[in-house]
Order: sequence, then structure tokens, then C-alpha cells
Amino acid sequence: MSTDRQVIIIGSGPAGLTAALYTARANLKPLVIEGVEAGGQLMLTTMVENWPGYRDGIMGPDLMTELRAQAERFGAQIIQGDVSAVDLSKRPFRIQVENTAYTAQALIVATGASAKWLDLGVDKKLSGRGVSTCATCDGFFFKGMPVAVIGGGDTAMEEAIYLSKLATKVTVIHRRDSLRASKVMQDKAMSMPNIEFLWNKEVVDIKDLAQGKVTTLVLKDTQTGASSEIDVDGVFIGIGHVPNTALFKGQLAMHDNGYLKTHDGSRTSVQGVFAAGDVQDHVYRQAVTAAGSGCMAAIDAERFLSGTLHESHETVEAGL
Amino acid sequence: MASEKIKTFTDATFKNDVQNGVVLVDFWATWCAPCRRIAPIVDELADKYEGKVTVAKVDVDENPMTGPNYGIRGIPTLLLFKNGELKESIVGLQTKEKLTQVIEQYL
Repeated sequence: MSTDRQVIIIGSGPAGLTAALYTARANLKPLVIEGVEAGGQLMLTTMVENWPGYRDGIMGPDLMTELRAQAERFGAQIIQGDVSAVDLSKRPFRIQVENTAYTAQALIVATGASAKWLDLGVDKKLSGRGVSTCATCDGFFFKGMPVAVIGGGDTAMEEAIYLSKLATKVTVIHRRDSLRASKVMQDKAMSMPNIEFLWNKEVVDIKDLAQGKVTTLVLKDTQTGASSEIDVDGVFIGIGHVPNTALFKGQLAMHDNGYLKTHDGSRTSVQGVFAAGDVQDHVYRQAVTAAGSGCMAAIDAERFLSGTLHESHETVEAGL
Repeated sequence: MASEKIKTFTDATFKNDVQNGVVLVDFWATWCAPCRRIAPIVDELADKYEGKVTVAKVDVDENPMTGPNYGIRGIPTLLLFKNGELKESIVGLQTKEKLTQVIEQYL
């Protein structure tokens, strides 16, 4: 397999695989480096009901299997492995994967975002010991036990609904007095008899590190400052995501929150490097918008490689 | 496709199975997507350390006791034993380099 490529795509979620599909069909023989969280966030979900074309929904991992097979059908090569370093200072760009260096004339960054932790320190230390960011992965271990979910968005609601079928009781802890989740998810969660809501509460500590398991959450009321405790065996964190951009620090322009800056479609601050999906989108963060931006990045990369990117953008602008 | 070098451990015999030498055990389940991602890495490790490290898997659905006995509340989790003593508990997805580094400390 050649390590010198026209297009390399880092990431294998909906953005990366759609970029792979389009660049493969453009005969650019893309190489996808799938990363340690291969398949992206959809691999950790259950039923996806808002992917167009599946009226009854499709399981997240099944959707990713389909996307992957579709990209491969047109010649995309997908390799396992995690990128450890990139050099974007000159073209071809260098991409280091374990002991192999790859080069690319155009690079599509689709590294996505990962679950955010609490910043307590203790939450990471108790990861896999009662603290989790993935209900579908770890809910199994809490059959017949009380658990808590932290957060008020769609992710938190999905976790709570999933866990309500396993746990005796699910307590949703949210630092505000209303949910940010979509109406349909809110209604679903509110209709489950064993899901309870604790409003205006922040988790300030998780016990018990000494025992190496979760026993109690220490809460602080965001209005009154009063502290309280709740006993649970597990706690699931659903408070949002952070973009996976550490690799590109100092090389690609980012917003203050770490998301990549893009302009004129999918272009980043480095010519020939394009970004797609959640790594550059903290607003929509949907599978379908990620796929859409993956398509944009593929088309932009293709035009860049054929030397027509500038021209094509002028045409678009003239057309408006 | 799982490497033939990988053993399957069960609740019934687990304690005995980890008594000798360096043993790496992958706790997994069929419904666990990240487990499917780490499986090929575990396969590679089994090939790489053949004769030096015993590599095994425990299906937590069929063997619900052993994982929680070791405090496991999430998968994938890898446990590393040396002569029966638990040395490392590695939670979540990992790169091959990271796992190699951990294993090398006990060889």
C-alpha cells in the first residue's frame, strides 16, 4: 500500500466516511486513518431516528458499517491506527501513524469530538469503576442499581432513557431549571416512571476513590449554594463534547473553544487542509450535518487538487 | 477474526487461569461497540507476545461475576496479572503503543 497519497482523511465518523465516499468516487484513492474511536460517536448510540431515509430508524453502529462499506465499495482504503503527529508546514503534508509516515497532497480533518468530563479529576480516576460517558457500553453493569445522569441535553436524555430500562432508578442532575434537550427527547425521558430530575444542582465530588467505586455524589445547589448528597452505584456524564484538535495545535487556526476555524466551505487556515464534521462544528453537531460537511470537504479537496478551488468559489459567488 | 492464540476464560476457572506468568485479559461483550474496536489490537498483541504473555478474553454476558469482582463497571477493560497478582486495570479504548508500553513493564 502506498504511503504517498493524494488525499488522506483523518477520522471515520459520518464526516470522514462521506469525504471518503466522495473522494473515492472522484478517483482520488483516499486513505482513511480511522483512529482509536473508529466510527465516531454514532458507535456509542442506539437507535438513530433522524438520519434521512430510514423511516424506522437505524442503529448507530449499523449506520457506520453501511457508510464504511459504501466508501470501500468505491475504493477508499481504511486503516486502523491513531495519528500521533502531523506536519502541515509544507506540502505534501506528513501524517505519522505509529511507526509509519504517510504523505498527502490534501488532508481532510474529520477527527470529531469526544465526550467531555467534569474536570473534577476524580471522575476520570473512577472511569470504568462507576463513572462513564457511555450508557450503551456500561449500563449493563448497573442492572438493578440506582444511577445518575449528569446533563440536560439530548445526550443526557438518551443515556437516561437507555439506563431506565436497566437501573432501578435514574436521577438526572442538571445545573439549570430546564432542559436543553429536544422536545421529543424531553417528553420521552419525562414519561419514564423511574427517571427523576434534580434541578439546579452541580456535582462537586464523587465518592469513593479509596474504595475504587462510586457510592455517593456530592451536589451543590446552583441557586442557594446548599450542599446535598445522593447515593448511586453509577454516574453517567452527558455534558457535551470537546473537539479532538490537540494534534493540530499551533498548525491550524482554532476558535477559543478548540474547534477548527473554517472559511469558504471547508477550508482551514492551511491551504490544502480541509475540515469536516464535529471538529469544526459546535453548533449543529448532527450525523447528517457531519456527512454534509464531509461531502463539502471532499469536493473542496478535489477542486484544490485539480487547481480550480479558487476559480470555483468565484463562480459560486458570481452565481449568488 | 480473533487470533487463535487468544484463550477464553470463564467465571469458573478465572482465578486459576491467571496464576502463571503475565496474563492480559480483555473483558468484552457482543453489544459493546468500543470492544469491537479494541479486539483487533488485542489480536495483534497476542501474536506479538506469543509465548511471553497469555492473552485471554472474558465475555461479561456469559461470565457476569469476574468483572465486577475486580471492580469493573465498564468495558472494554483490560486487566493485567503477573503470577496471579492484579497489576494493571486499563479502561476504555487504547492505542497499541499504549498497551505495548504497559505490557513491556512486566516482561
